Amino acid sequence: MKYVDEFRDGRLARGVAETLHRLARPDRTYRLMEFCGGHTHAISRYGLEDLLPSNMRMIHGPGCPVCVLPVGRIDMAIELARRPKVTLCTYADLMRVPASGGASLMKAKADGADIRMVYSTLDAIRIAEAEPDREVIFFAIGFETTTPPTALAIKLAIKNRLTNFSVFCNHVLTPAAMRAILGNRAEGVEIDGFVGPSHVSAVIGLQPYRFVAAQFGKPVVVAGFEPLDVLQAVVMLVRQLNEGRGEIENQYGRAVAAEGNLLAQAEMREIFELRESFEWRGLGEVADSALRLRDAYAAFDAERRFALAAHRAKDNPACECGAILRGAKRPHDCRLFGTVCTPETPMGSCMVSSEGACAAQWTYRRFDERAA
Amino acid sequence: MCLAIPVRVTELLPDQMAKVSLDGVSKTVSVALLDELSVGDYVILHVGFALSKIDPDEAERTLRMIRDIAGSAS
Ligand code: SF4
Repeated sequence: MKYVDEFRDGRLARGVAETLHRLARPDRTYRLMEFCGGHTHAISRYGLEDLLPSNMRMIHGPGCPVCVLPVGRIDMAIELARRPKVTLCTYADLMRVPASGGASLMKAKADGADIRMVYSTLDAIRIAEAEPDREVIFFAIGFETTTPPTALAIKLAIKNRLTNFSVFCNHVLTPAAMRAILGNRAEGVEIDGFVGPSHVSAVIGLQPYRFVAAQFGKPVVVAGFEPLDVLQAVVMLVRQLNEGRGEIENQYGRAVAAEGNLLAQAEMREIFELRESFEWRGLGEVADSALRLRDAYAAFDAERRFALAAHRAKDNPACECGAILRGAKRPHDCRLFGTVCTPETPMGSCMVSSEGACAAQWTYRRFDERAA
Repeated sequence: MCLAIPVRVTELLPDQMAKVSLDGVSKTVSVALLDELSVGDYVILHVGFALSKIDPDEAERTLRMIRDIAGSAS
């Protein structure tokens, strides 16, 4: 596959790893957080940790929207879906995330709620057009990659004069989460630098990460999702750290322009505004970290349209997802990992999404204690 | 759910849609988030939308840099 296979060449990967071993200074450690679940997935899948020198460690970050959505928001979605005449459309990853009291969207569907998996926001629009008697609600979730498609769906609904379409908005922002992690020193997670998001950056560009360098003095290297991309990004981070630099660099120039996708940014700005605060699993309330619909689009905002009350709920107390999402713990640290919690019977969100740290660990490296 | 993939544009359709091909599998997707697209371009596809265009020169440059890093090991 073009632009994929070239970046998976094992011989080159070993060569890059040798260079890394040469660059690694024995007198220090390198703790690098890969922010995106997509990178977590690639690192586990290709066993990249095995290629790194022993004083270099990858810390899994909170960059999986399914994993960071708190239980209360899933509860709210289930509540919406159970209302009469409502059809809730959702990306498939959300179906199995555990909600309060052992519930999930999947179980609510089995109980008769009209919940449908869609691939794209346009599918939800099509359903709303085809079934004018139903209230079609799109369960919108994701970082800055999925936000422009939600914005475009709302504009399409307006253009097509749909009055039965709305959005339950759970869009969250990458830079705010990075800031929360860097600000949270109490946890004892020291991070020397970030492997920055791939496709989020294709949308927002490099500028939003400037504060990581300017305020915290840490390097960020935006990297593609293929194994050689990740390894090259690690080399770039190690070089910066060795030279005492903390800068924003772009490894993924083939898909990420410095200014990002201006058209997509304009669509987001038009439809959405900042929420003062939003709850994240693992990070708690984070200021200015999520989006809601602007007042002008209130009619398309499911929370307002259906007077949906905010719902807070506790995580399963045995589940360590929260600490894993902050980079404070690893999947093997959780008592439930691989015993009661597996991808078939997930107890926490990190085991549901294929980009979750627990699912990646289970699928590719479940026997590997060293990586734990 | 952020795993997006590179696909090739095979046909431009009305309403800012396009046909793309992924290893021979064809799909209709939205290209409303991109301007100036041509048949033959590669784009990053995510949840049914093309998010950005792949720059072939930059891809080559990155590969050259990776080869350099790998080569400098020996
Ligand atoms: S193994 Fe399961 S229960 Fe434990 S942290 Fe991971 S997802 Fe949560």
